[in-house]
Amino acid sequence: MATIDRRPTTRRRFSWPLLVFLGPAVLTYSVFMVFPLFDSLRLSLFGPGGSGLGVFVGLQNYVTLLTDPLWSPRFWGALGNNLVFFAIHMLVQNPIGLLLAVLLTTRVLRGRAVYRTLIFAPTILSVVIVGFIWKLILSPLWGVASGALDAIGLGGLYGPWLGLEGPALIVISLMSVWQYVGIPMLLFSAALLSIPDEIVEAARVDGAGPFRIFSRIQMPLIAPTIGIVAVLTFVGNFNAFDLVYAVQGGLAGPEFSTDLMGTFFYRTFFGFQLQAGNPTMGATVAGAMFVIILLGVCLYLFGLQRRLQTYEA
Amino acid sequence: MTTQAQDAGRDPLVRSGRGLRVSPVGFGKHAILLTYTVIALFPIALVVMNSFKSRAAIFDAPVQPPTADTFSLIGYETLAKRGDFLGYMGNSVIVTGVSLALILLFGAMAGFALARYRFTGNRLLGLYLAIGIMVPIRLGTVSILNIIVGLGLANTLVALILVYTASGLPLAVFVLSQFFREFPRDLEDAARVDGAGDFTIFGMAARLARPAIAAVAVLTMIPVWNDLWWPLILASGRETATLTLGTQQFLGQFVSDWNAVLAALTIAMVPMVALYIVFSRQFIRGLMGGAVK
Repeated sequence: MATIDRRPTTRRRFSWPLLVFLGPAVLTYSVFMVFPLFDSLRLSLFGPGGSGLGVFVGLQNYVTLLTDPLWSPRFWGALGNNLVFFAIHMLVQNPIGLLLAVLLTTRVLRGRAVYRTLIFAPTILSVVIVGFIWKLILSPLWGVASGALDAIGLGGLYGPWLGLEGPALIVISLMSVWQYVGIPMLLFSAALLSIPDEIVEAARVDGAGPFRIFSRIQMPLIAPTIGIVAVLTFVGNFNAFDLVYAVQGGLAGPEFSTDLMGTFFYRTFFGFQLQAGNPTMGATVAGAMFVIILLGVCLYLFGLQRRLQTYEA
Repeated sequence: MTTQAQDAGRDPLVRSGRGLRVSPVGFGKHAILLTYTVIALFPIALVVMNSFKSRAAIFDAPVQPPTADTFSLIGYETLAKRGDFLGYMGNSVIVTGVSLALILLFGAMAGFALARYRFTGNRLLGLYLAIGIMVPIRLGTVSILNIIVGLGLANTLVALILVYTASGLPLAVFVLSQFFREFPRDLEDAARVDGAGDFTIFGMAARLARPAIAAVAVLTMIPVWNDLWWPLILASGRETATLTLGTQQFLGQFVSDWNAVLAALTIAMVPMVALYIVFSRQFIRGLMGGAVK
């Protein structure tokens, strides 16, 4: 039998083929991804100067961003909105994804592949298209949403949500949930399918019902996937931009109530309408986003580390 | 391949004889799944359907399919006259196609080197390349724009291709190097005895890695095709607009022309939906990490 030997084979220290294999990827990645990330952090330490580069100001830009009456309300507003955006994904998208995954991985189910394919379909569409589709549906002009609510007797609940400061952010978040629920669904499905049938079968024979099997066996075994889904949601959410830009425009209206870190970054750096672009402050916002995303990822890695340790103990 | 999974699913049904009758649990399952399927598809169907209707019919009876009386292509006529959707689509195909080819080629080569060669700094280099999986490239936008302008590539498709290639590489290298580790040593040794060089062996391994390459292709393609950020910042001119950006600009301009808006949304959906219909299994398998056969 051919056994798989995972040890690398070629032992030469240096070879031309190795350089040819690694060169293009390392070069492209370094020049257009790693260098810009660090260079952008460096730029955030400079202020606008007389000519060219500007002057080194240390962390002054960050202080301005967090405390200046001109900047800080926008920053904290965007951060708060982004946290709400993330919370709605965690509370709505991921539980629905998990429920659908559990249903889709039950042993007896006709049409499994068809359901999976259809429910995943919105994920492949551009966010711009998704945002606009929902904008039309929710529009008071067209009346599809209000008609649908009328049909189930909830017509009184309808409002021009996208134009209202409170509901707009929730509605935008739910549009994103609608589009991306297929991703946790597939990741959870993959995790559930990897649980050996014997374990679930043994519990069933012992008289455990579906809810007990889920809470006592499946849930603990897919815990690592829950962590992965959470961190992917976090990184994606704090990087989101397209949906708000497509639906509410660069000003993330009404009154910045749907402003996320991504749209705030775009306006700061690139400018929008009357606001002029400011590269160094833009780099500062990017630096802040970098710290936030890093914190999220570290929190996840730290949590995972601890969980693995408790399993070993 | 799918039959295996389906057989496994039907097995207990055959053995126990249960389940042929519709149980309440089974009914509940289908009710939930069916409801969610409708929620997922209704908005899309609504837009496509109404894009083929006259303006009056769109507003009078939104949920009614087009009939002989209400059928109209007026939205698509506006699109043909005022939009440049073929141009946008061409740009998107070029950008996505070239980026994808570069990501897969460079990614497979680097993944192969990391998996099969022992050299100083192998692990460190793997880690270095993996950082990009978690850190979004958008955070480097300020500097990337400087670089692109400095190279004289502003408002070109090349700028987009370079950025997408850089951002797609980390995941490609990571997934493909995992796959290349499984490439049987015996095969490589046999090929070497026959006088095959490094590049020939890479070619052999790459051919065996086709399923993994397909999965990476799908995972990489969706965000590149759908991206709005980089076209907006690096290439927002009309000649270089991708389908996503072109659609966004068209929708902004024609916001009150419902026929044109619905037609534009439908046209913009066509390429991805068509690809999805043909390759849905690869799409799903790519995301499930091979868990579904």
